[in-house]
Amino acid sequence: MNVSELKEKLGLTQVAGTDAGEVSGCYIGDLMSLAMARLEEGNVWITIQTNLNVVAVAALKEAGCVILADGAEPDADAKAKAEAEGIPILVSKKSAYTLAKELGALSV
Amino acid sequence: MSNGMKFRYPVDGNDFTRAGEISSKVKKQLKQLGLPPEVIRRVAIIMYEAEINMVIHANGGTIDVEITPEQIRLVFSDTGPGIPDIEKAMQEGFSTASHEVRELGFGAGMGLPNMKKNSDEMKIDTRIGVGTIMDLIVKI
Ligand SMILES: Nc1ncnc2c1ncn2[C@@H]1O[C@H](COP(=O)(O)OP(=O)(O)O)[C@@H](O)[C@H]1O
Ligand SMILES: [Mg+2]
Repeated sequence: MNVSELKEKLGLTQVAGTDAGEVSGCYIGDLMSLAMARLEEGNVWITIQTNLNVVAVAALKEAGCVILADGAEPDADAKAKAEAEGIPILVSKKSAYTLAKELGALSV
Repeated sequence: MSNGMKFRYPVDGNDFTRAGEISSKVKKQLKQLGLPPEVIRRVAIIMYEAEINMVIHANGGTIDVEITPEQIRLVFSDTGPGIPDIEKAMQEGFSTASHEVRELGFGAGMGLPNMKKNSDEMKIDTRIGVGTIMDLIVKI
Protein backbone atom coordinates (compact mmCIF):
# COMPACT_ATOMS: atom_id res chain seq x y z
CA MET A 1 0.00 0.00 0.00
CA ASN A 2 1.30 3.50 -0.64
CA VAL A 3 1.07 6.55 1.59
CA SER A 4 -1.65 8.10 -0.55
CA GLU A 5 -4.00 5.11 -0.05
CA LEU A 6 -3.11 4.94 3.63
CA LYS A 7 -4.03 8.57 4.07
CA GLU A 8 -7.38 8.06 2.41
CA LYS A 9 -8.29 4.81 4.21
CA LEU A 10 -7.35 6.07 7.67
CA GLY A 11 -8.51 9.65 7.19
CA LEU A 12 -5.06 11.12 7.90
CA THR A 13 -3.82 14.62 7.20
CA GLN A 14 -0.41 14.91 5.59
CA VAL A 15 1.80 17.69 6.92
CA ALA A 16 5.15 16.85 5.30
CA GLY A 17 6.71 14.78 2.52
CA THR A 18 5.19 13.18 -0.55
CA ASP A 19 2.65 10.36 -0.66
CA ALA A 20 3.98 8.04 -3.37
CA GLY A 21 6.13 5.73 -1.21
CA GLU A 22 5.13 2.21 -0.20
CA VAL A 23 4.54 1.21 3.42
CA SER A 24 4.37 -2.17 5.13
CA GLY A 25 4.37 -3.22 8.76
CA CYS A 26 4.11 -0.94 11.75
CA TYR A 27 6.03 0.04 14.86
CA ILE A 28 4.47 1.97 17.75
CA GLY A 29 6.56 3.79 20.33
CA ASP A 30 7.96 7.05 21.65
CA LEU A 31 11.48 6.10 22.73
CA MET A 32 14.23 6.78 20.18
CA SER A 33 16.49 3.90 21.20
CA LEU A 34 13.68 1.38 20.88
CA ALA A 35 12.51 2.80 17.58
CA MET A 36 16.12 2.75 16.38
CA ALA A 37 16.41 -0.93 17.29
CA ARG A 38 13.01 -2.09 16.11
CA LEU A 39 11.82 -0.02 13.15
CA GLU A 40 12.07 -1.84 9.86
CA GLU A 41 12.38 -0.45 6.37
CA GLY A 42 9.03 0.77 5.01
CA ASN A 43 7.29 0.63 8.41
CA VAL A 44 4.55 2.98 9.47
CA TRP A 45 5.83 4.51 12.72
CA ILE A 46 3.08 5.64 15.08
CA THR A 47 4.27 8.00 17.83
CA ILE A 48 3.33 11.07 19.82
CA GLN A 49 6.87 12.49 19.72
CA THR A 50 6.83 15.68 17.68
CA ASN A 51 10.48 16.79 17.69
CA LEU A 52 12.92 16.46 14.83
CA ASN A 53 14.70 13.47 16.29
CA VAL A 54 11.72 11.42 15.14
CA VAL A 55 12.55 12.42 11.58
CA ALA A 56 16.25 11.63 12.06
CA VAL A 57 15.43 8.12 13.30
CA ALA A 58 12.75 7.55 10.65
CA ALA A 59 15.22 8.59 7.93
CA LEU A 60 18.04 6.47 9.31
CA LYS A 61 15.81 3.40 9.51
CA GLU A 62 14.09 4.24 6.20
CA ALA A 63 10.61 4.14 7.71
CA GLY A 64 7.78 4.43 5.17
CA CYS A 65 6.04 7.22 7.06
CA VAL A 66 5.39 8.66 10.51
CA ILE A 67 1.87 8.98 11.92
CA LEU A 68 1.48 11.34 14.86
CA ALA A 69 -1.41 10.04 16.97
CA ASP A 70 -3.73 11.69 19.51
CA GLY A 71 -3.76 14.99 17.65
CA ALA A 72 -0.02 15.63 18.04
CA GLU A 73 1.44 18.15 15.59
CA PRO A 74 5.09 18.22 14.44
CA ASP A 75 7.41 21.03 15.56
CA ALA A 76 8.36 23.47 12.80
CA ASP A 77 11.94 22.18 12.58
CA ALA A 78 10.70 18.57 12.49
CA LYS A 79 8.50 19.49 9.56
CA ALA A 80 11.36 21.21 7.76
CA LYS A 81 13.64 18.22 8.28
CA ALA A 82 10.93 15.82 7.08
CA GLU A 83 10.62 17.81 3.86
CA ALA A 84 14.39 17.78 3.41
CA GLU A 85 14.70 14.04 4.12
CA GLY A 86 11.56 13.10 2.22
CA ILE A 87 9.87 11.51 5.22
CA PRO A 88 6.06 11.66 5.03
CA ILE A 89 4.46 12.87 8.26
CA LEU A 90 0.74 12.27 8.74
CA VAL A 91 -1.37 13.43 11.66
CA SER A 92 -4.50 12.00 13.23
CA LYS A 93 -6.73 12.60 16.21
CA LYS A 94 -7.11 8.83 16.64
CA SER A 95 -5.20 6.89 19.28
CA ALA A 96 -2.28 4.61 18.42
CA TYR A 97 -4.52 1.64 19.25
CA THR A 98 -7.26 2.68 16.83
CA LEU A 99 -4.75 3.43 14.10
CA ALA A 100 -3.04 0.07 14.60
CA LYS A 101 -6.36 -1.76 14.49
CA GLU A 102 -7.21 -0.04 11.21
CA LEU A 103 -3.76 -0.80 9.79
CA GLY A 104 -4.21 -4.43 10.79
CA ALA A 105 -7.60 -4.61 9.08
CA LEU A 106 -5.92 -3.33 5.90
CA SER A 107 -3.12 -5.92 6.29
CA VAL A 108 -0.48 -3.21 6.13
CA MET B 1 44.33 -1.77 8.85
CA SER B 2 46.55 1.03 7.57
CA ASN B 3 45.27 0.74 4.01
CA GLY B 4 41.62 1.13 5.01
CA MET B 5 39.46 4.17 4.34
CA LYS B 6 39.38 6.61 7.21
CA PHE B 7 36.94 9.38 7.98
CA ARG B 8 36.69 11.78 10.91
CA TYR B 9 33.60 13.72 11.94
CA PRO B 10 33.21 16.32 14.69
CA VAL B 11 30.03 16.09 16.80
CA ASP B 12 28.54 19.37 18.00
CA GLY B 13 27.67 19.07 21.67
CA ASN B 14 24.74 21.44 21.82
CA ASP B 15 23.12 20.80 18.55
CA PHE B 16 20.19 18.45 18.90
CA THR B 17 18.91 19.61 15.55
CA ARG B 18 21.83 17.94 13.81
CA ALA B 19 21.96 14.76 15.87
CA GLY B 20 21.84 11.79 13.54
CA GLU B 21 23.35 13.61 10.58
CA ILE B 22 26.73 11.92 10.80
CA SER B 23 25.10 8.51 11.18
CA SER B 24 23.05 9.27 8.12
CA LYS B 25 26.08 10.38 6.10
CA VAL B 26 28.08 7.27 7.00
CA LYS B 27 25.11 5.06 6.20
CA LYS B 28 24.91 6.51 2.69
CA GLN B 29 28.64 5.96 2.25
CA LEU B 30 28.39 2.31 3.29
CA LYS B 31 25.50 1.80 0.91
CA GLN B 32 27.55 3.21 -1.92
CA LEU B 33 30.33 0.78 -1.07
CA GLY B 34 27.79 -2.00 -1.48
CA LEU B 35 28.19 -3.45 2.01
CA PRO B 36 25.62 -6.01 3.23
CA PRO B 37 22.39 -4.43 4.54
CA GLU B 38 22.77 -6.19 7.90
CA VAL B 39 26.23 -4.64 8.42
CA ILE B 40 24.88 -1.22 7.47
CA ARG B 41 21.95 -1.64 9.87
CA ARG B 42 24.26 -2.52 12.77
CA VAL B 43 26.62 0.37 12.06
CA ALA B 44 23.71 2.82 11.79
CA ILE B 45 22.34 1.80 15.20
CA ILE B 46 25.75 2.03 16.88
CA MET B 47 26.56 5.38 15.30
CA TYR B 48 23.22 6.93 16.15
CA GLU B 49 23.32 5.83 19.79
CA ALA B 50 26.91 6.96 20.24
CA GLU B 51 26.27 10.26 18.48
CA ILE B 52 23.27 10.96 20.71
CA ASN B 53 25.22 9.99 23.83
CA MET B 54 27.96 12.44 22.89
CA VAL B 55 25.38 15.19 22.54
CA ILE B 56 23.32 14.48 25.67
CA HIS B 57 26.01 13.22 28.05
CA ALA B 58 29.37 14.58 26.90
CA ASN B 59 29.12 17.92 25.10
CA GLY B 60 30.12 16.54 21.73
CA GLY B 61 33.32 14.95 20.49
CA THR B 62 34.77 13.18 17.50
CA ILE B 63 33.80 10.10 15.51
CA ASP B 64 36.41 8.12 13.58
CA VAL B 65 35.28 5.58 11.04
CA GLU B 66 37.73 3.13 9.52
CA ILE B 67 36.60 0.76 6.80
CA THR B 68 38.62 -2.25 5.66
CA PRO B 69 37.45 -5.27 3.67
CA GLU B 70 37.13 -7.26 6.90
CA GLN B 71 35.54 -4.81 9.32
CA ILE B 72 34.28 -1.38 10.20
CA ARG B 73 35.88 0.23 13.22
CA LEU B 74 34.04 3.05 14.98
CA VAL B 75 35.80 5.17 17.58
CA PHE B 76 33.87 7.76 19.58
CA SER B 77 36.01 10.16 21.61
CA ASP B 78 34.77 12.90 23.90
CA THR B 79 36.06 15.17 26.63
CA GLY B 80 32.90 14.84 28.71
CA PRO B 81 32.46 13.89 32.38
CA GLY B 82 33.41 10.23 31.98
CA ILE B 83 31.41 7.22 33.21
CA PRO B 84 31.79 6.41 36.95
CA ASP B 85 30.44 2.85 36.75
CA ILE B 86 30.62 1.21 33.33
CA GLU B 87 28.93 -2.00 34.46
CA LYS B 88 25.92 -0.03 35.64
CA ALA B 89 25.89 2.16 32.53
CA MET B 90 25.79 -0.98 30.37
CA GLN B 91 22.61 -2.24 32.05
CA GLU B 92 19.40 -1.94 30.07
CA GLY B 93 17.32 0.89 31.46
CA PHE B 94 20.08 2.68 33.37
CA SER B 95 20.17 6.36 32.45
CA THR B 96 21.28 9.65 33.95
CA ALA B 97 19.50 11.64 31.22
CA SER B 98 17.73 14.81 32.35
CA HIS B 99 13.98 15.26 32.38
CA GLU B 100 14.18 17.64 29.40
CA VAL B 101 16.06 15.10 27.33
CA ARG B 102 13.68 12.28 28.32
CA GLU B 103 10.76 14.29 27.06
CA LEU B 104 12.34 14.21 23.62
CA GLY B 105 12.31 10.42 23.69
CA PHE B 106 15.87 9.85 24.89
CA GLY B 107 17.07 8.36 28.15
CA ALA B 108 15.65 4.86 27.66
CA GLY B 109 18.96 3.49 28.89
CA MET B 110 19.18 1.27 25.82
CA GLY B 111 21.96 3.04 23.94
CA LEU B 112 25.02 1.26 25.32
CA PRO B 113 23.28 -2.16 25.39
CA ASN B 114 22.21 -1.64 21.75
CA MET B 115 25.77 -0.68 20.81
CA LYS B 116 27.07 -3.84 22.48
CA LYS B 117 24.44 -6.02 20.84
CA ASN B 118 25.17 -4.71 17.37
CA SER B 119 28.98 -4.88 17.52
CA ASP B 120 31.45 -7.77 17.52
CA GLU B 121 33.81 -5.97 19.91
CA MET B 122 33.24 -3.04 22.22
CA LYS B 123 35.83 -1.38 24.44
CA ILE B 124 35.20 1.55 26.75
CA ASP B 125 38.03 3.64 28.11
CA THR B 126 36.75 6.33 30.45
CA ARG B 127 38.26 8.73 32.96
CA ILE B 128 36.26 10.91 35.30
CA GLY B 129 36.56 14.55 34.35
CA VAL B 130 38.69 13.71 31.32
CA GLY B 131 36.47 11.92 28.84
CA THR B 132 35.43 8.69 27.23
CA ILE B 133 36.62 6.69 24.26
CA MET B 134 34.40 3.94 22.88
CA ASP B 135 35.99 1.64 20.33
CA LEU B 136 33.72 -0.74 18.45
CA ILE B 137 34.17 -3.23 15.66
CA VAL B 138 31.56 -4.56 13.28
CA LYS B 139 32.84 -7.48 11.21
CA ILE B 140 31.78 -7.59 7.58
N1 LIG C 1 29.83 9.51 26.19
C1 LIG C 1 29.38 9.44 27.45
N2 LIG C 1 29.91 10.24 28.42
C2 LIG C 1 29.47 10.17 29.69
N3 LIG C 1 28.50 9.35 30.11
C3 LIG C 1 27.94 8.53 29.20
C4 LIG C 1 28.33 8.54 27.83
N4 LIG C 1 27.60 7.61 27.18
C5 LIG C 1 26.78 7.06 28.10
N5 LIG C 1 26.98 7.60 29.31
C6 LIG C 1 26.32 7.21 30.58
O1 LIG C 1 25.79 5.91 30.45
C7 LIG C 1 24.37 5.93 30.67
C8 LIG C 1 23.69 4.89 29.79
O2 LIG C 1 23.82 5.24 28.42
P1 LIG C 1 22.73 4.72 27.39
O3 LIG C 1 22.64 3.23 27.50
O4 LIG C 1 23.05 5.26 26.05
O5 LIG C 1 21.37 5.31 27.94
P2 LIG C 1 20.76 6.80 27.84
O6 LIG C 1 21.58 7.56 26.85
O7 LIG C 1 19.37 6.57 27.37
O8 LIG C 1 20.85 7.39 29.20
C9 LIG C 1 23.96 7.35 30.40
O9 LIG C 1 22.76 7.70 31.03
C10 LIG C 1 25.15 8.13 30.94
O10 LIG C 1 25.09 8.21 32.35
MG1 LIG D 1 22.06 6.84 25.03
